[in-house]
Amino acid sequence: MRYQLSYKQFGERSILIEWPALIDEKLLHDVLYFKQKIEKHYRDSTVHITHAYSSILVNYEYLNFKFKAESEVLHSIYLTKSSRTKMTRTLWRIPVCYDQTFGADLQELSQEKKFTIQELIDRHVNVVYTVYFIGFLPGFLYLGGLDKSLFMPRKGTPRMEIEKGAVAIGGEQTGIYPLRSPGGWYIIGNSPVNFFDVSKEQPCFAKPGDKLLFVPVSLKQYHNIKTLVDAGVYQLESEVFRD
Amino acid sequence: MLTPGSISWKVRCSVIKVLNPGFYSTIQDFGRYNYLQYGVPISGVMDWYAASMANALLGNPKEAPVLEMTMVGPVLQFFEQTEICITGADMEARLNGLPLGINKAIAITQGDVLNFGKSIRGFRGYLAVFGGFKTEHVMDSYSMYQGITTNSVISKGSELPFAQKDGVTDKKYAVLRVHKAYINKERIEVFEGPEFNLLSKNQQEKLFSKPHIISNNNNRMAYQLEEPLENSIKAIITSPVLPGTVQLTPKGQLIILMRDCQTTGGYPRVLQLKENAIDILSQKFTGNRIKFKRINI
Repeated sequence: MRYQLSYKQFGERSILIEWPALIDEKLLHDVLYFKQKIEKHYRDSTVHITHAYSSILVNYEYLNFKFKAESEVLHSIYLTKSSRTKMTRTLWRIPVCYDQTFGADLQELSQEKKFTIQELIDRHVNVVYTVYFIGFLPGFLYLGGLDKSLFMPRKGTPRMEIEKGAVAIGGEQTGIYPLRSPGGWYIIGNSPVNFFDVSKEQPCFAKPGDKLLFVPVSLKQYHNIKTLVDAGVYQLESEVFRD
Repeated sequence: MLTPGSISWKVRCSVIKVLNPGFYSTIQDFGRYNYLQYGVPISGVMDWYAASMANALLGNPKEAPVLEMTMVGPVLQFFEQTEICITGADMEARLNGLPLGINKAIAITQGDVLNFGKSIRGFRGYLAVFGGFKTEHVMDSYSMYQGITTNSVISKGSELPFAQKDGVTDKKYAVLRVHKAYINKERIEVFEGPEFNLLSKNQQEKLFSKPHIISNNNNRMAYQLEEPLENSIKAIITSPVLPGTVQLTPKGQLIILMRDCQTTGGYPRVLQLKENAIDILSQKFTGNRIKFKRINI
């Protein structure tokens, strides 16, 4: 499927390519496919490409590029059929401890939603999430798939500090804070896994298009895993899959 | 900065000792672009012009790492002879207690103490050293950033390595005229941002007709403006942002993203600063006045 795309000049050296503003997996695959083709085309030059749910930003290292000419080049790349490099996609099983030691907002959220805490956790766990992109903080995964019954507007006043690993719900999204940071989301648990490792060539294990499952673990299991993670020997459970 | 044995370098290094770090001083080069897709900010010097002039005056590569100093500069001691250059904000630099000019190469001898005061003009000063700083290099950049480099600012007692200069050179560097007027400019040139057209005519007019005051919420990540703009446009689907992007929050707050900004955002991007306007803004601080001037792409 081809989408109606728009090309906008964004500052002096960038082009913003926009799809219809949707969070949709088919659309994500079109974005990733186009991104792959642009990367191939500009392989040897200095162009930086980032994407989000329904947009790609192409940032040229040279100033005063010709917007019209460059966007025509980009659109012709979009229209070319090139054999798609097979992307292996991975399903990651992420251990999360939903104990109230970590889930500082479980109580409040359960009262707000009129679910028991267990029901709330079940609704968070019984979904396969899709990784759309990484943004906001180094290693912060933008996930799609949160159960509609868990949508919750952000807090009026954000917390000054949210712990590393905090699993939280904000608006129509859920996510894991990869680093300690301020934030306005509702915290429901914590994952002992590292989502960003500065020492690695690929600092994030997950990539756009991957899938993610939250697996509830007890406080004791959490600490066991944490010990292994800190020692650098923890093996995250995962499986490679094809569409 | 440096733990013994943690870094191996190809060039012989000397160090500058930090006797006092100043208000907020960091090592910066021209940014980290290769990890944007992992959510890592670009970072880099706030004022590209001042930093590149400091390097040019020493004959360094334009993008060599420099020390960025904010509002109140540090006190530093040298142990080897070298050459330095100070540009950007005027922080009344003194060498061994004697006033020192900025925007020119200065010879340093063993034991010299360089100290800075509070800025009397501009907000960010730059110190370049001959050959450039050789601090920790992470993800293709020297720019300090919390969670990426071991240190996010320089601290008292730390040592900043730099390439040692052997012997006295008679090398004459190009004579460069360094512009200073930009530091006090109020005019910030902007392009329309991707969501500019969602603004009403009235909002568009207000954006350009009235001056804006920098709020006390200003740092390397973003500058917030004092006066809100009455707003009814909602958040957008999260999309890429850039340094220089002007966001409009649902409450009407205007936020200008700077070099350490996040890689994506969900607020409408109403304006985009021209690149040299980011340099101008970097020299502004709480209470300063700016005025947006629309230019066409």
